[in-house]
Amino acid sequence: MTIPLTSSQRGTETEQAPDQKRRFEPSGKDQATGAGRRVSIKGLSAWYGDQYAVKELDLEFEPNKVTAIIGPSGCGKSTMVRCINRMHEEIPGTRVEGEVLLDDQDLYANEVDVTSVRRAVGMVFQKPNPFPTMSVYDNVASGPKLSGTKGKHLKERVEQSLRSAALWDEVKDRLDRPGIGLSGGQQQRLCIARTLAVEPEVVLMDEPCSALDPVATLRIEELIEELKTRYTIVIVTHNMQQAGRVADSTAFMLTGELVEVGPTETIFTKPTDDRTEQYVSGRFG
Amino acid sequence: MSAMSAGGVLPPVSPGRKRKDATMRVLLGLGTAVALVPLVLVLWYVAKRGLGAWSSSFFTTDPTGNFLGNPGGVKSAILGTLEMVALATLIAVPIGVGVALYLTEYGKDSKFASAVRYFVDVMTGVPSIVFGLFVYIVLILSGVGGGGYAGWKGSVALALLMLPIVTRSAEVVLLLVPNTLRESALALGAPRWRVVARVVLPTALPGLVTGMLLAVARAAGETAPLLFTAAIVNGTSFNLGTRMNSLPVQIFNDVGQAQDRLVTRAWGAALTLVLIVLVFTLIARLMSRRSRLT
Repeated sequence: MTIPLTSSQRGTETEQAPDQKRRFEPSGKDQATGAGRRVSIKGLSAWYGDQYAVKELDLEFEPNKVTAIIGPSGCGKSTMVRCINRMHEEIPGTRVEGEVLLDDQDLYANEVDVTSVRRAVGMVFQKPNPFPTMSVYDNVASGPKLSGTKGKHLKERVEQSLRSAALWDEVKDRLDRPGIGLSGGQQQRLCIARTLAVEPEVVLMDEPCSALDPVATLRIEELIEELKTRYTIVIVTHNMQQAGRVADSTAFMLTGELVEVGPTETIFTKPTDDRTEQYVSGRFG
Repeated sequence: MSAMSAGGVLPPVSPGRKRKDATMRVLLGLGTAVALVPLVLVLWYVAKRGLGAWSSSFFTTDPTGNFLGNPGGVKSAILGTLEMVALATLIAVPIGVGVALYLTEYGKDSKFASAVRYFVDVMTGVPSIVFGLFVYIVLILSGVGGGGYAGWKGSVALALLMLPIVTRSAEVVLLLVPNTLRESALALGAPRWRVVARVVLPTALPGLVTGMLLAVARAAGETAPLLFTAAIVNGTSFNLGTRMNSLPVQIFNDVGQAQDRLVTRAWGAALTLVLIVLVFTLIARLMSRRSRLT
């Protein structure tokens, strides 16, 4: 499957000296103090076959901020988010045009290795999905192992990631037990730890709490609050209260288009667009 | 219950439907019983006649080939079957699982993959003697590997027979591996081959082993692919380059003889074969129960 979008169509801003095969090396930060990177989406359109999923969308995700994407089902939120780490390419028949920049690097440039994009932009899915054959430890270690960035201090990295995901104290005595033996909320934090172990700079969360109960949801939300000091976070949610609780800014999407984006409080209290107002007040969607 | 009595909004089941229900139940029960009769009879006869042939020397001696006197046991046939099936498994499983991986992970719904899938289905239905004939022509008449019959040529014929079974069962199991696992591995920045090696295959492993064992059980009982590829000998051989005895061919040969002692040996060999197949099937069952995929 090839994605018919190339930097050559888009002029010269992505042209580099040939020796600069960019692999999205971590920007030299260490996990404790580092900063996330800015993600800019410019004129992004996506199709499934002939059907529009996302229409000419421009959006910026500030570093070290949580941005929530809200909107009714099928409005293209998930597709848009998947375009940020090129996971849409796993769905047959998808096509994308436009630009996604990580700081100033084009994620879609010809010479960019898709695996390095995904290492820099991690993703947490709707349903907790630890690898069923692996222990708690191996699940977290699978991040660095699978992405081929294992390095020397794997043990430390696993512990650090589990601590970052606020799971260490609950699992430190059963690291060798199967990951699927944990509760749903713990499994989701395990998946977050797995994502963090790859040391990404941006973390995408596609409805990370929709399969969890309110208590587990609250823990994840607290975690997101902590994580934003080190990562740029994009969270897709159906739950508007959740967006209100965790997000610094909120974007509202409808039928593949961005209707409005702004500080969360503004979006929920005095949105400029009527459709946003109707949606956040629960009159449709 | 009085509210539901006749004449209410919820009428009782009519007598006609009750009759139909009873009739159909009886018919289906009878059908099952009829189907079970030959199955039970086969097992019962094999056990009854076979146990009579068993003795300690039955398993520890080779067929003597003497026209008179002690006919000997089936040691060479048991070992030959195990050796040839083992080699056939070594050939068929990597190829079969490889094809299945191609179909599920790479080919998916492409035209080529659909064609492969179709031919694998066709191969499942090909009579086993055709595989025997094919190997006879390609490997024996052509004189490959020294010409003549050889255990490894029998293994090739068995492997051809196992290949579609392994491929099909492996494909089904690999399709059961949830896509969310592949996606989450890819989202970690893993190249596809590593996703397959570290996530997809380990998750599918118990199911893959089950499919493999079922193919082994099937191959262990086949006569036709071995008849004119590995042929028959009396002595035990560990050299797959020479002719090799096997249980099904031994049975085939013995039953055709006019001597009761040989026919009795055939029953004993048949019981042995049934038990070997039973063991493989049982292990396959246990493995699939351990599987995490449903």
